[in-house]
Amino acid sequence: MRHSWWAIAAVVLHAAAWAQPSTDDGEWRSAGKDPALTRFSSLAQINTGNVAQLKLALHVPTGNDRGHEAAPIVAGGTMFVVTPFPNIVLAFDLTKTGFPVKWAFDPKPQASVQGVACCDTVNRGGAWADGRFFFNTLDNQTIALDAATGKELWRTKLGELKNGESMTMAPLVARGKVIVGNSGGELGVRGWLTALDAGTGRILWRAYATGPDKDVLIGPRFRPFYTADQGKDLGVSTWPGEAWKIGGGTAWGFVSYDADLDLLYYGTANPGPWNPDQRPGDNKWTAGLFARRPDTGEAIWYYQTSPHDLHDYDGINESVLVDLDWQGAKRKVLLHPDRNGYLYVIDRTTGQVLSATPYVYTTTSSGVDLQTGALKMNPAKQPRTGETTRSICPASPGGKDWQPSAWSPRTRLLYIPHQNLCQDAITYETSYIAGTPFVGVDLKMYPGPGGHRGLLTAWDPVQQRKAWEIREKFPVWSGTLATAGDVVFYGTMEGDFKAVDARDGRLLWQFRAESGIIGQPVTFRGPDGQQYVAVLAGVGGWAGAIVSGNLDARDATAGGGFVNVMKDLPSATKKGGHLYVFSLAGARP
Amino acid sequence: MKRLLACVVAVAAAAVQAAPLRVCADPDNLPYSRADGSGFENRIAQLVADDFGVALEYAWLPDLRGFVRKTMGAGLCDVIIGVPVSFGRTLNTRPYYRSSYVLVLPAGAAPAPASFDDPRLARWRVGVQLIGDDAAASPPGHALAQAGVTANVVGYPVAGDRPAAARMLEALDRGELDAAFAWGPQAGYYARGAARNLRLYEVPPPAALKDQPFRFAIAMGVRRGDQALRARLDDFIARRQADIDRILADYGVPRVGEGVP
Repeated sequence: MRHSWWAIAAVVLHAAAWAQPSTDDGEWRSAGKDPALTRFSSLAQINTGNVAQLKLALHVPTGNDRGHEAAPIVAGGTMFVVTPFPNIVLAFDLTKTGFPVKWAFDPKPQASVQGVACCDTVNRGGAWADGRFFFNTLDNQTIALDAATGKELWRTKLGELKNGESMTMAPLVARGKVIVGNSGGELGVRGWLTALDAGTGRILWRAYATGPDKDVLIGPRFRPFYTADQGKDLGVSTWPGEAWKIGGGTAWGFVSYDADLDLLYYGTANPGPWNPDQRPGDNKWTAGLFARRPDTGEAIWYYQTSPHDLHDYDGINESVLVDLDWQGAKRKVLLHPDRNGYLYVIDRTTGQVLSATPYVYTTTSSGVDLQTGALKMNPAKQPRTGETTRSICPASPGGKDWQPSAWSPRTRLLYIPHQNLCQDAITYETSYIAGTPFVGVDLKMYPGPGGHRGLLTAWDPVQQRKAWEIREKFPVWSGTLATAGDVVFYGTMEGDFKAVDARDGRLLWQFRAESGIIGQPVTFRGPDGQQYVAVLAGVGGWAGAIVSGNLDARDATAGGGFVNVMKDLPSATKKGGHLYVFSLAGARP
Repeated sequence: MKRLLACVVAVAAAAVQAAPLRVCADPDNLPYSRADGSGFENRIAQLVADDFGVALEYAWLPDLRGFVRKTMGAGLCDVIIGVPVSFGRTLNTRPYYRSSYVLVLPAGAAPAPASFDDPRLARWRVGVQLIGDDAAASPPGHALAQAGVTANVVGYPVAGDRPAAARMLEALDRGELDAAFAWGPQAGYYARGAARNLRLYEVPPPAALKDQPFRFAIAMGVRRGDQALRARLDDFIARRQADIDRILADYGVPRVGEGVP
């Protein structure tokens, strides 16, 4: 048995070498695979020709019922999984048969944080660097563990739970620094990105998203491309009074890093917590993209995707760093599928928008002016106090929410997991009464044109159009993974883990998990030389909270209005966290 | 069949009578409730328990997102003492008091504004409570926005160390604000604790904000479907309204007349 297995592995390895000569180490050390956030692996042992034979190699229930959005992290013969709150870290020994748990770490976060987190108690994974494993807890701590033993090396408290702050994002490690950001913009939190010394946990810098330039770390080297983003202390002057002090702009998405340009890239979340009428102005530096130096945190450029955001269009979605042949020239760009519905191609050296093309049905704006960078808003879709606004598309979760895209350098396509939702913003007669149970969320979401709520779109950024798409019943709330075997993996909220052909979207294989999938699939080469694919199932998150949080389907506005459009999810899947690992050989004897 | 049903109802009623009154409450949300029992909703809950002749028990949780789901929804308690009468997530009793958002001003500062058109509102530093969800302020916050008053308004997010109303009225007491809009029960309670003499005024909401009233009626909420407990609480309110009124008066809760839905 063992002999035949090795024989298969050897043959497939040979095929892999032929398909893609590469130096991929086969590890998956951070949520985005690499600092460019490509989520592309050059492993090709599993490919379009054999993925149909993929078998379950490991299945472990996590014992946690909340939404599992994390990417398993693989380094040094170990796989690390961070669960949703209470953020237990599990380390699986990949060198041993059956991948037994090597150690588990309980950070013991404060239980009261669960009432603060807006959209389920998710965690998006950790990061490995130099023998350490870094992750964030929902109660605002960044923790470093000895990756070999699970022993705590340091922990640093970064935010205040009582003020509505929490942390859900996956850290990025660059130049010996752990880069993290906060969540909680809806509750009047002031957003920030922070760098910690990877060795000691000491805070090296903190860059706020609102306030005077010195707080935002804007100095003499700040060169935003568009005039709308130029000026002194815009983080104060584009707000009424002192509203910037509680103005939101949190940094809860993925962070990318270009070592050649020595720049970090990340997006800032929506402004808050005021209604838009009460915060006239562009509300800098919320709902936009920053490029910063990792050593000092100083801002180099910024571009605001949604000035004076009206619809909760956070700018936090990932920026995938790729080099493109653009109109005859080689350009270093970032690809950013924004919540506002546009796929931005931006020169990542300067912040110039090269193109911005809608990748979903959009009614709230009619395009982006490439001369000024301005989003051309549709005044008919601006919510006004005391009035109902219908057919707001995309809905508040945007054309795409947190769920990360993957880029294949072989197909030159960006694989975008996303949703197709619109909403009505309704003013209800019952309003908020301070100190009584929460009322007053006034959004009601429903499917966009076509009736399908989810999509996997393969996007060609050079042609500025989709190459193909797969329609799904529910929002595609999982991440995507692309490989040199020309296979793209993603999961559905019903619980189907799917492998499709990267070139045409043809379904090649699928596996029904015990719960809906909103996690980030990864792939790695085990110490045994086999290629594995791993993903967490466990429905939840903002989209799936109706299942993981037992929300009442009769409350159309529950879960920030998302429940109205997810009423049939409870009959399609059930809650519960599960780790699945697949390979061509399946479970070892 | 009918008889059998009646029998089941009778047994259920007996079980409710024997069981303690289980109340869902915030452990730190004065003047409503506090873990030491010092809030007016604690006092009303005790009044109910005594009236029913049962013990009083609490399920404590901060009144943030998911409060109803994680307390009553999880089966930990059976009644929430204060909910808006039109609140959709619970089955609600008849209202037992009606109050209003009020403007709090230092006594003698000036005659109170008669409407949101008063130009002083734009000049004053005005505090309002922020509900802390997207596109949502308290009703006076919406009214100020409608009136174009944005420059000097100061928001107090509901998330924070202590109730937003407490922080806001303390700022007013220290002179850091010129005025504050707060929900009546909180305004009345925290104004009493201030060093300065703070007065409460009703300012009618702008006509354009017809869906954002300032006055609300407050009821008790039970699990949807728990008709039996609601009927008993309705009966309690009818019989003991005078006692409830005395408790509310003890806490300085400003009440407005009938006619509030």
